[in-house]
Amino acid sequence: MKSESFWYIFINASLINNFVLAYFLGICPFLGVSGKMETATKMGAAVTFVMIISSVCAYGIHALLVAINAPFLQLISYIVVIAATVQLVEMVIKKMSPALFRSLGIFLPLITTNCAILAVALFQTAKGYSFFGSLAFALGAGVGFTLALILMAGVREQLDFADVPKVVKGTVITLLIAGILSLTFMGFSGLGS
Amino acid sequence: MTPTKTTDLKADPSSTDEFIKGLWRENPVFVQVLGMCPTLAVSNSAINALAMGLATAFVLIMSNVLVSSLRNFIPKQVRIASYILIIATFVTMVDYAIQAISVDLHKNLGAFISLIVVNCLILSRAEAFASKNTIGKSALDALGMGLGFVFALFCLGAVREILGNASIFGITVFPESFQEWIIMILPAGGFFTLAFWLFLFNNYKLKKAKA
Repeated sequence: MKSESFWYIFINASLINNFVLAYFLGICPFLGVSGKMETATKMGAAVTFVMIISSVCAYGIHALLVAINAPFLQLISYIVVIAATVQLVEMVIKKMSPALFRSLGIFLPLITTNCAILAVALFQTAKGYSFFGSLAFALGAGVGFTLALILMAGVREQLDFADVPKVVKGTVITLLIAGILSLTFMGFSGLGS
Repeated sequence: MTPTKTTDLKADPSSTDEFIKGLWRENPVFVQVLGMCPTLAVSNSAINALAMGLATAFVLIMSNVLVSSLRNFIPKQVRIASYILIIATFVTMVDYAIQAISVDLHKNLGAFISLIVVNCLILSRAEAFASKNTIGKSALDALGMGLGFVFALFCLGAVREILGNASIFGITVFPESFQEWIIMILPAGGFFTLAFWLFLFNNYKLKKAKA
């Protein structure tokens, strides 16, 4: 996998195999926080930040676990690192911007259980990326997640003015939009190959 | 999606009710909309969906029982971290077990077995139910929710496989002339199928509310 350039890894993770729309990772915040553009952008930034930190940590942990020959600890140690990083981000946001802290609400601690973040750590290990490859992968995944979230928020803000039938209101219409977005992102397949 | 906590408010529901509610009234996927990521990702064929559902149900039951039996010993401040550690332990076990049973299946499900750890359904049951109820009740609750999850996953997987691959469990059901809806096994099809099932559920609920 050494031959893959960092640029390709980045494009692959953000567009071709978008984490949300192609791999179905991080669907909960994708459906939950995509109501408003502003919150969506900041949520995306927070998730990207956590992804990069945990990706770096996961790279170190993997090297350590291989050295002591204990791969079965991989999952447990990754999740602990992610939980700690989220705790850190939560404290920083609470101190820096209490308003943002309130608007993200329950979804901030729930970044811990955002499967996209654990997936970044697991995938980079499975694909055997180098240190900088992992960084490019985490950054791409974060940008892809933010992009999907922002696109969704843009559509849903317009949706507030539309007359949606009661039976499809809420999750159903959101899922339909996600499906259409996913179809559009299929247009990126084949890019860079 | 925030977990619903209606169960906690009820006076003292009978044990059968704890079991039944997960199957239908509070179905984790169709009603609570929890655990979406694995639901959509691995439901492109009936067998994958079933395997994933059973693996999740197993982890759910084991972790609910363990969380419930330890509920008086885990300090409140570190409870979430402890739950995640308990869940991660069982997931690691399931991961190795599936690898031993069928390498193909393990390859199909890929990282999504490990990702059971972050399935919000399991954490929400631990937090909302198992940490407050007896072992027996928690086990029943987990069994009901787990089977409800399997049921929902199977509904999705079956529809997607029949339309997208003209087969079910790998057995062809449509004649040669049937043009497969490739889109159904692609990611977009997952969103559409789930939207379709939720639509049916909403429709049913609205009709019932009117009657």
